[in-house]
Amino acid sequence: MSSPLRSRRAEWLVTAPSFLWLALFFAVPAVIVLAFTFHGHDISGGVGEWSLSTWRELVDPDYPAIIWNTIKISVEVTIWSIVLAVPCAYAIARMNPRWRAIVAGSIMLPFWTSFVVRVFAWKTMLHPDGWLQACCNLFSIGGGHSTILDSEAAVVLVSVYSFLPFAIMPLYTAAEKFDFSLLEAARDLGAKNFYAFRKIFLPGIRQGLVSAVLMVFIPAIGSYVIPQMLGGTNCVLIGNKIFMRAIQNRNIPHASALATVMAVSVLIPIGLAMWWKRRQDARDRQRLEAQTAKLFTAEGGAAK
Amino acid sequence: MNSEFLVFDHVTKRFGALTAVNDVSFSVKKGEFFSLLGPSGCGKTTLLRMLGGFEKPDSGRIYLEGRDITDLAPNERRVHTVFQNYALFPTMTIWDNIAFSLRLAKLPKKEIEEKVDAILDMIQMSEHAWKYPNQLSGGQKQRVAIARALVDRPKVLLLDEPLAALDLKLRQHMLLELDTIHDQVGITFMYVTHDQGEAMSLSDRIAVINRGRIEQLDGPAKIYEAPSSRFVASFIGDTNFFSGEIVAKDGDYCTIRPDGFPDIRAYNDKQLEVGQKVDLSVRPEKIRVTLAPPPPEKGASINVYPSTVQDIVYQGVYTKYWISSSGVRVAALKPHSRFLLDQEPITWNDKVFVWWHPDDGYMVESEK
Repeated sequence: MSSPLRSRRAEWLVTAPSFLWLALFFAVPAVIVLAFTFHGHDISGGVGEWSLSTWRELVDPDYPAIIWNTIKISVEVTIWSIVLAVPCAYAIARMNPRWRAIVAGSIMLPFWTSFVVRVFAWKTMLHPDGWLQACCNLFSIGGGHSTILDSEAAVVLVSVYSFLPFAIMPLYTAAEKFDFSLLEAARDLGAKNFYAFRKIFLPGIRQGLVSAVLMVFIPAIGSYVIPQMLGGTNCVLIGNKIFMRAIQNRNIPHASALATVMAVSVLIPIGLAMWWKRRQDARDRQRLEAQTAKLFTAEGGAAK
Repeated sequence: MNSEFLVFDHVTKRFGALTAVNDVSFSVKKGEFFSLLGPSGCGKTTLLRMLGGFEKPDSGRIYLEGRDITDLAPNERRVHTVFQNYALFPTMTIWDNIAFSLRLAKLPKKEIEEKVDAILDMIQMSEHAWKYPNQLSGGQKQRVAIARALVDRPKVLLLDEPLAALDLKLRQHMLLELDTIHDQVGITFMYVTHDQGEAMSLSDRIAVINRGRIEQLDGPAKIYEAPSSRFVASFIGDTNFFSGEIVAKDGDYCTIRPDGFPDIRAYNDKQLEVGQKVDLSVRPEKIRVTLAPPPPEKGASINVYPSTVQDIVYQGVYTKYWISSSGVRVAALKPHSRFLLDQEPITWNDKVFVWWHPDDGYMVESEK
């Protein structure tokens, strides 16, 4: 009698620190941010009285375009990162352990340098007098554009560079657990290499794909250092606006409202996707049950 | 080039310094249940993987129905494999697993449904069609793996130790089932195993493989009763070896003088000459163990040796004895066809007679 109770308590004890952490550093701040949006601001940079003035001020005609641009760029960055990371993860998982350690290590190596320094390095490379720009000019890449710097392309390029390791790592972890003899089995049954990769490998690492997408998309949505340093005035994202309102204008409620809008506009499509997936699963289950029922009635009929 | 169904023609495969398959040639008949039997690392799996297209031989060719398939990719040959770990696709239902090759062949939907349903019915798994592989037991997975490989009727089905992961009871059951499936589909089966029991009970013919070469290729009974080498005799079942020199010949029989053992009479089927060295293999079940000397009607020519019982292992169906005869340890099996408890049992240190008929020993020439 007592043992399930005791194990229940043990479970609570083990999970309590994570819950506490989540509550203190995620749930409570989220609620505070939401609460700020229903306050005015005062000139000294503090949070004012309860009011709806912040929401009323939010009708800036620029915002919808900026939010849309942020989502578009984040999706682009996510797609590029996944497209590059999947073959990497596949290759690393198929290497012998020695090489695997070396390559995995060198992927993590850039993290030893400060993120801002690395982004700044890109700034010098992409500068009109930088060597990368010189190469582009040499091969006439970029057409009429005289510079990559201060463009959306620069933001996407450097974002992919920055977030790629976050995509490779979960994909590699999934690929490492993948049973590669399944690809052999698929080939044995008549599949070409790419078909086996698409139909067997990709579904096999789907958990890793989901993590990788989240690991890239979420920081991309909130990113402001990269567009700030490389996008110039041509690529202003919502992160820059939030930064501007919070630090330069000292309008914390306004920044909070923007962050809330951003979060909601990302959560709605994710919620819809989850709802759709659940409906699909329910349909599959129904199909399964119908099949089984049909079978049993068929058998019953045969028995009579 | 060759009219036989499946031909391995002087095939050699090396991995670095190791020669896994050494100049192997054999052919398989259409519809045959053919086994490659040998200890682990003997090269039998390499042979199978070369037939599946996963390895390329360093030299030699492989022909299927007269066509050279040596350089074809796995997806280009009508040869399917049942893998040891089943290799079922975990993200697909059983139904989709089985339909995989049919969909690749772009068959009409209706035909795919008919074929998959028919084979599910054959392996009696229809009610599990919409489950996923991890919801099945080992035996069920095994059946699905076989169905998946058979559904588009390959020319050859390769089975790589398919029963190794199952427990004993299930293994015996699956043996019968494999045999039934083979009879039903009439497809050529190529079966790799290290278990001589499996190979013996299923195969039309067995190739016994050792160190990259075929030691013997024959039917199961011939391999057991008339092993071509000392290796085959000892790998297939238990046996007693007596190594010695032929000292006399009389008609079809000869007398062998082993080192440290009395003379043995044996049937000289190979017509070997006096002075030749031989290994005589006498299977334990051919050896009689009795408290009384053998009855005189057995004739004067049988081999009889007074001995002492050393060890006894009672195993229900039979008892296994280890008997010291002139200082040599001899294994013998005694089946219990009569009610055992009424008999005077043989026990430890009993003085017994060990005897066998000269026809029951089998001579293999000593390896040089």
